[in-house]
Amino acid sequence: MFRTDLGGTRYVFPDLKTLLAKATPKRSGDELAGIAAASRAERVAAQIALADVPLRRFLDEAVVPYETDEVTRLIVDSHDPEAFRPIAHLTVGGFRDWLLSDAADAEALAALAPGLTPEMVAAVSKICRNQDLILIAAKRRVVTRFRTTVGLPGRLSARLQPNHPTDDPAGILASIVDGLLLGSGDAVIGINPAGDSPERCRELLMMIDDIRRALDVPTQSCVLTHITTTIGLIETGAPVDLPFQSIAGTEAANRSFGIDLAILKEGNDAARSLKRGTVGDEVMYFETGQGSALSANAHHGVDQQTVEARAYAVARAFSPFLVNTVVGFIGPEYLYDGKQILRAGLEDHVCAKLLGVPMGCDVCYTNHAEADQDDMDVLLLSLAAAGVNFVMGLPGADDIMLGYQSTSFHDVMATRSMLGLKPAPEFEAWLLKVGLMDEAGRIAPSTALPDAFRRLLPAPSERAA
Amino acid sequence: MPSAACCRRPRSARHERRPLDPWALLKARTVARIGLGRAGASIATADHLAFQAAHAAARDAVLSRLDVEALTGALEAAGVATTVLASGATDRTTYLARPDLGRSLDPAAAAALAGAAGERPDVAVAVFGGLSAAGIGLHAAELVAGLITDFRAAGLKTASVPVVEFGRVALGDAIGERLGARLVVVIVGERPGLTSADAIGAYVTFRPRVGLTDADRNCVSNIRPAGMPLDEARRRIGWLAREALRLELTGTGLKDRSDEALLAAGAPPTAIA
Repeated sequence: MFRTDLGGTRYVFPDLKTLLAKATPKRSGDELAGIAAASRAERVAAQIALADVPLRRFLDEAVVPYETDEVTRLIVDSHDPEAFRPIAHLTVGGFRDWLLSDAADAEALAALAPGLTPEMVAAVSKICRNQDLILIAAKRRVVTRFRTTVGLPGRLSARLQPNHPTDDPAGILASIVDGLLLGSGDAVIGINPAGDSPERCRELLMMIDDIRRALDVPTQSCVLTHITTTIGLIETGAPVDLPFQSIAGTEAANRSFGIDLAILKEGNDAARSLKRGTVGDEVMYFETGQGSALSANAHHGVDQQTVEARAYAVARAFSPFLVNTVVGFIGPEYLYDGKQILRAGLEDHVCAKLLGVPMGCDVCYTNHAEADQDDMDVLLLSLAAAGVNFVMGLPGADDIMLGYQSTSFHDVMATRSMLGLKPAPEFEAWLLKVGLMDEAGRIAPSTALPDAFRRLLPAPSERAA
Repeated sequence: MPSAACCRRPRSARHERRPLDPWALLKARTVARIGLGRAGASIATADHLAFQAAHAAARDAVLSRLDVEALTGALEAAGVATTVLASGATDRTTYLARPDLGRSLDPAAAAALAGAAGERPDVAVAVFGGLSAAGIGLHAAELVAGLITDFRAAGLKTASVPVVEFGRVALGDAIGERLGARLVVVIVGERPGLTSADAIGAYVTFRPRVGLTDADRNCVSNIRPAGMPLDEARRRIGWLAREALRLELTGTGLKDRSDEALLAAGAPPTAIA
């Protein structure tokens, strides 16, 4: 039982799960679930009560039962009491103060990660302002490697997302060429296929692999299909760099995606066995996003941000190469407008980083959300200042297959320019070598197609097709 | 060295005679916004404003109100009876934030349908504004009138067409169940993309009843002149409806093979959920 007296009213919260939900900054998904605070005053009362909760309490009271949820078991069983010891005496409020202090430097935060649970970091994020979320995250780098090194200080990487409504290889190639010329693609060249057949996915993987070899560009490929499809592709010799999977923060939500921890382990092991990385062997590409557990009716009455943080515990168990919160994709019934999307993106990023997860963000919105490109500009710049590992690069920010808006190749260039950020070092060296970027980090404005790219275009006989 | 230059020369020489813009080649294969004009690192003014215009069109489509009278008038003129009903969502904001209300019937609508419970049609076609009332306003009357004509010609019993402004797909389950329909076909405005503000979708569900999920339906999406043309959609929906009634199922167990002949001829596949 938790209580706060505020403005002459006593607010009572029966358990930790309820307290966390009531303390969450306003968002439509929690209102849809019927667990949000009923008033602004109740929300602040919950935050005041939450600030007084000892962090140890989160080790004693699970928000989703241990007995029936393998994600809870993963969180509890993998908790490292030694790593937790430096903050074991703190409350949630004291933890916020410590995170903002100079004592919480990069080294201290890295050492702390195995001692943190998703519920602890979700709790502290709920009593942080957006500025706090940016400042704390900026102190914590999570660096991963495959053929490029992603997440280093002073770097901002981009997933090149060349989707096409019919998976037309020439149409996808066109977007890949455009993106590489504009300096995107150092995190991954990742296609959401329109069709899900294994044969289609194999063709797309082979196409990216051919482009990568022809241009000698240091990057990795991913076709974002179900992990069981990817495992099958690996078994039949397809050139799989990064297996993809959407993950969530409860066992039931993961089952609705057709996965469990065992399947993720199988995919991770299979891809690592191929040893296709050159500078590192992290392989998994996970996507997450607030609201997915509620959408699957598998949230156990836990608020959507806390459930989302639990998905990062799933992610970190597999030392992934990339994790991406697709923050505004789910729609206004979970994140209503630009303000809610902004807040959620910053929360997701800092919670993941504190847990040791290499977080990137699809800074995005759908056309039925109260949001526009101006909102995305603010989130993108805030995340870049917070040290986000990667963002999306799309032609003109417009995904013509999935029907939503993200960030453009130009947005990535502009953000790198504003904050003095560079691409991943291996990719930067390539851009310099092929003359697409100058020493100052500017991408050449020329529209001429370099010879190596020109040779990728369809042969004259195919041009009529 | 000279020999290497010789090897490359004929190619560029040919380009000089017949200029071939590689960007034109690339742009011909995708509607993605590639090859945009640049202003420094940013997108140049014309392309920036073109994006803004597309987003404005999509937003206007989402926020547009369904002209219920025009739609029912067009359907009645085509010999299709209609019944205007309400869902639990009474305005756009509620509709967007509360999917549960958009899936439930307003009590008055439920009472109205109770009177029609004895109809037991083979096929009930319902029209919802969904996320693009603009798309429904443009295309639904023609598509629905065509479908009703085809169903009648096939000897199937149809019902008065329910029209609901703020309905979600699963509302068709509640309506179909109350009508005692063997099959419900929901025509609904799709979430607009920047290149598809007027797209509508069709969801076919056998033995509709409250509690079904999308795994129990078949879908024909991106119905619009520049996507899947209306006559093509009419053919596919008709195929799905006939197969659903024959096999007595829809959803993951019913694979859309209506396009096998087309696929063999090289036509692109269509998203079927």
